[in-house]
Amino acid sequence: MRLVVVGNGMAGTRLASEVRARDKDIQVTVFGAETRRPYNRVLLSNVLAGTATPEQVRLPSQTGEGVTARLGVTVTAIDRDSRTIRTADGGREPYDVLVLATGSEPVVPPIPGATRAITFRTMDDCDRILGAAATATGAVVIGGGLLGVEAARGLAGRGMPVTLLHLGGHLMERQLDAEAGLVLGEALAGLGVSVRTGVQVAAIHSHGVELATGEVLALELVVLACGVRPVVGLARDAGLEVGHGVVVDDRLRTRDPAIYAIGECAQHDGTVYGLVAPAWEQAAVVADLITGADKAARYRGSRLVTRLKARSVELAAMGETQLTDDSAAAVEVVRFTHRARGIYRKLIIRNDRLVGAILLGEAPTVGTLTQLYDRGGPLPGDPAGLLFPGFDGAMLADSPVRMPDSARVCECNNVTKGRIRACWEAGARDTAAVAAATRATTGCGSCRSAVEGLIGWLSEQEEVRA
Amino acid sequence: MKRPESTIGSMPISLFPQAPVMSPARLGEATHCPYCALQCGMYVNGDISDGTLTITPRHDIPANAGGLLCQKGWTAGELLTGGARLTTPLARAGHTSPLSPVSWEDALDRVAGAVREIQAEHGDDAVAVFGGGGLTNEKAYQLGKFARVALRTSQIDYNGRFCMSSAAAASNRAFGMDRGLPFPITDVAGAGAVMMVGGNVADTMPPFMRHLRNTLIVVDPRETRTARQATLHLRVTPGTDLALALGLLHIAITEGYADEDYIAARTTGFQEVRASVASWWPERAERVTGVPVAQMREAVHLLGSARTAMILTGRGAEQHSKGVDTVTAFINLALTLGLPGRAGSGYGCVTGQGNGQGGREHGQKADQLPGYRRIDDPAARAHVAGVWGVDPDALPGPGRSAYELLDSLGTPGGPRGLLVFGSNPVISAPRSSHVTERLAALDLLVVSDFVLSETAAMADVVLPTTQWAEEHGTMTNLEGRVLLRRQAVAPPSGVRSDLAILSGLAARLGLADGFSADPGTVFDELRRASAGGVADYSGITYERIASETGVFWPAPSEDHPGTPRPFLDRFATPDGRARLVPVDHRPVAEEVDDHYPYYLTTGRVLAHYQSGAQTRRIPALNEAAPETYLEIPPDLAERLNVTSGDMLTVTSRRGSTEAAARVSRAIRHDTVFMPFHWEGANRLTNPALDPVSRMPEFKVCAVRIERRDAAPSGERRLGA
Repeated sequence: MRLVVVGNGMAGTRLASEVRARDKDIQVTVFGAETRRPYNRVLLSNVLAGTATPEQVRLPSQTGEGVTARLGVTVTAIDRDSRTIRTADGGREPYDVLVLATGSEPVVPPIPGATRAITFRTMDDCDRILGAAATATGAVVIGGGLLGVEAARGLAGRGMPVTLLHLGGHLMERQLDAEAGLVLGEALAGLGVSVRTGVQVAAIHSHGVELATGEVLALELVVLACGVRPVVGLARDAGLEVGHGVVVDDRLRTRDPAIYAIGECAQHDGTVYGLVAPAWEQAAVVADLITGADKAARYRGSRLVTRLKARSVELAAMGETQLTDDSAAAVEVVRFTHRARGIYRKLIIRNDRLVGAILLGEAPTVGTLTQLYDRGGPLPGDPAGLLFPGFDGAMLADSPVRMPDSARVCECNNVTKGRIRACWEAGARDTAAVAAATRATTGCGSCRSAVEGLIGWLSEQEEVRA
Repeated sequence: MKRPESTIGSMPISLFPQAPVMSPARLGEATHCPYCALQCGMYVNGDISDGTLTITPRHDIPANAGGLLCQKGWTAGELLTGGARLTTPLARAGHTSPLSPVSWEDALDRVAGAVREIQAEHGDDAVAVFGGGGLTNEKAYQLGKFARVALRTSQIDYNGRFCMSSAAAASNRAFGMDRGLPFPITDVAGAGAVMMVGGNVADTMPPFMRHLRNTLIVVDPRETRTARQATLHLRVTPGTDLALALGLLHIAITEGYADEDYIAARTTGFQEVRASVASWWPERAERVTGVPVAQMREAVHLLGSARTAMILTGRGAEQHSKGVDTVTAFINLALTLGLPGRAGSGYGCVTGQGNGQGGREHGQKADQLPGYRRIDDPAARAHVAGVWGVDPDALPGPGRSAYELLDSLGTPGGPRGLLVFGSNPVISAPRSSHVTERLAALDLLVVSDFVLSETAAMADVVLPTTQWAEEHGTMTNLEGRVLLRRQAVAPPSGVRSDLAILSGLAARLGLADGFSADPGTVFDELRRASAGGVADYSGITYERIASETGVFWPAPSEDHPGTPRPFLDRFATPDGRARLVPVDHRPVAEEVDDHYPYYLTTGRVLAHYQSGAQTRRIPALNEAAPETYLEIPPDLAERLNVTSGDMLTVTSRRGSTEAAARVSRAIRHDTVFMPFHWEGANRLTNPALDPVSRMPEFKVCAVRIERRDAAPSGERRLGA
């Protein structure tokens, strides 16, 4: 079978390796418009921030036995009748199965001078931004979504003043409610990012960014992070159904049974996913189907968990974060805010299941909550422990007085408080004597201070009585 | 001190010559504990007949120096005096008749006769052998030889397959050698930071805790007693340790903890591994493992910034259908941080069974010959055949792995006779109800043990054997230190050593020579057979062990000092470099779902050892831990409306069992825990095997929990 994949990004490369893991006989050809070897786009923000090098985010090479990578070769058309694709260099490539993984492209808003700004989507973009940052005295990031926040934080971490402009009322409005957006803005401000929401950019000049109010921010480096749109031209030209993205069914198949679409270019059940986890889930389903490894494999949509990758800003958002208490819909919201410490925690519970959460600031329960959300499992009746780990689990240090005689002091040798007391009463007045008589403290040794404490307490008791 | 005048059964035993270093007379014979791989040194003194037997810790053995023993060690003497002891061979008149006493002659004649009959009709491979990681080196060696030479069968494996096989395979792949700790245990105490992955030494080998003195990072789904002592506890989702290791490695690389000079000088494969973990950014690992990114970063920082550091794995990381890759991922992390082969640092696995190390070196493994040689290596076959005085071509090839062997018993093409030494698979094998059925389908089941274990109770012939303090032998502890377990007391009359049993059977099968009942003679032969192998014991003698408080293998000659730290200059690979191998995470073999919504993980409790055949018969230990239980999180207790002590029914796709609830905040919200020392836990476990090590997935399967009074009768949803 000849499998052609259009797109060498996170989805396309994943598909190639998933297919090869299942079937070594399938010939895979991957076309990538970028000339670079595939890299982990999720980690571009880290490269921008200097917390990862380009080398460190490179993905394993897909080329090798059975896989041909055509890098820098743009696919220009799909001829569905002959099942071939055409490329910009005049070539043709026949396929039995075609997978579109063309991803998305940055949205460039219709602002005068927008071409002066640098979009933030590819490693090349990243190089350009870093090149400009080397001489710039400051930067403006336009767009306060996930990527804009990461870019702003990353550039600020490199020591330059950064202003983050956002049209909407609060940052990351797709993932956060207003209060969380506010707390996030405060956290960013503490890290050298000046956040301005509700602002409209009028023009981008060579000397700076002009706002609708006429104010000019005189900063040389301008980064655009105004969202992305699916790349659907090929599919549309080939006559496939296109909505916001390429429309696919539960098999990730377009209307043409030989053509699939996955990743950010695909629209499943009305949703276009912009995160990598769904793209990889889709790649696994397609690999199962086209190799025959699991003909019953179906994609049923993904649960979205967003983790901000920005040093010193911990943020996780998942599910339906905007809901408010609504007893009719059985929605409960549990919330804790401590703005001085940059902490905002919100759980959205419907019918005893976690359907959404925002965790901003230090959040030791983030792993537990993510899994509860992912699996849709029932929540404990008292969710306090989900917001404050140890709150319900904290063991009060048992003082010798409160401890019952039956309490085990030395686990390794099964020695109770009662036995130590009896031993003390029989004349053992120090740890060595108690150890010799009961063997307490001779195993792992962790009970030594407890045994010493008990002996001390027993001695005090005796003095009191005397 | 009093030296026992003894015979073992009808066979005189050659008493061990006076040790060069005498045990202090008032303390008794210097020997070692019968249980775990720590092999704590102890003196056994007194007389079993007058009840004066005492046990005192030795101070010259580093594992438990300082007067340490756990309750199992302190009470080990009760094993020698307890009434549960078997003292006469037992056999059945017919398959359904009860076991009744028979003479040794009769018992051995029956076994040899049945073996001959089965092999004549069904071929040599129709008789199999199942060994144990608690057997001395001498017994393990002799058992392998007995299978290959006397029975001519390829069908031999042992319960160590259920313990150490994943770590062993990963270490061999990375370092070219599998020595549990490739450094003395005293190095652990000196390490600035130790990461313990899936090991609860505070319960399984308490004196080990004394060697964890500095920063301790514990990876465990449960807040175990070990985790409670830790600086940092990563509460990982069962079956996701591999993803955690990949996330940690990603962080180590991106945050600059990779030791570039070390990687360049001492390893191969780093580039591929680095590329493979580029797709395991920490937030992704967090979603799979449930371990917060911040904690992963802290763990890497603690390990990476310590002057010396160690990563240790236990069964929690290894007993999975991806155990080898999981250990490999942690070894990759250790290699990236530049730890292995550096004094005071390293990677090690914490071996569990008493002779789990030596037991995996000398040929009771299906694919192995003595000296850690491969049975499919022509040079290894030639060498060992030369020592054994047989034609190399007469040696069988590799046989089935432990679970596959048990699973095949009594099936067409599978063995019809099985000889079990030092193991209790009715309790300890995964999917144990099925294994019990397979054992019942045999034409011949022979069990050598010193108590009537659950497996022995099923046998056609039971052979009562000597135990630890009643016989000499060597044990190789978790450090790779070969130790001498001396005889301290006379065995009860009526029992024979395993070596004597093998000797008697070999003689009846026509091999009058080559199967000595004397441990010293067998050890000398083991030394020759291991010479030139990876685990080379040829320079180790009983006298050296006694005067040097153990000798680290490899010790290729008597003037060789032994090798406490084998990787300081080079690894045991052909090019001397350690190999990083790219591995990827994969899900557990059986995910939780609506019908089986909880992960079950299994493990040990402090008072018991392995299948409990020994410890459940010691009153003090039974009092400390009288019965099994199911540890459940509080919110599950609330949902079921139960409190601690209420009876629960636990059901997996393979079986069902009952246990009292123990409500605990120490367990994850999605996980329950059951100790495996009692019949029951392993009815539930999943025999999905690791493709390389053939290790079953003991550590995670999906279960359903109900109140016993509310549970539906039967198992209506089985197979759902």
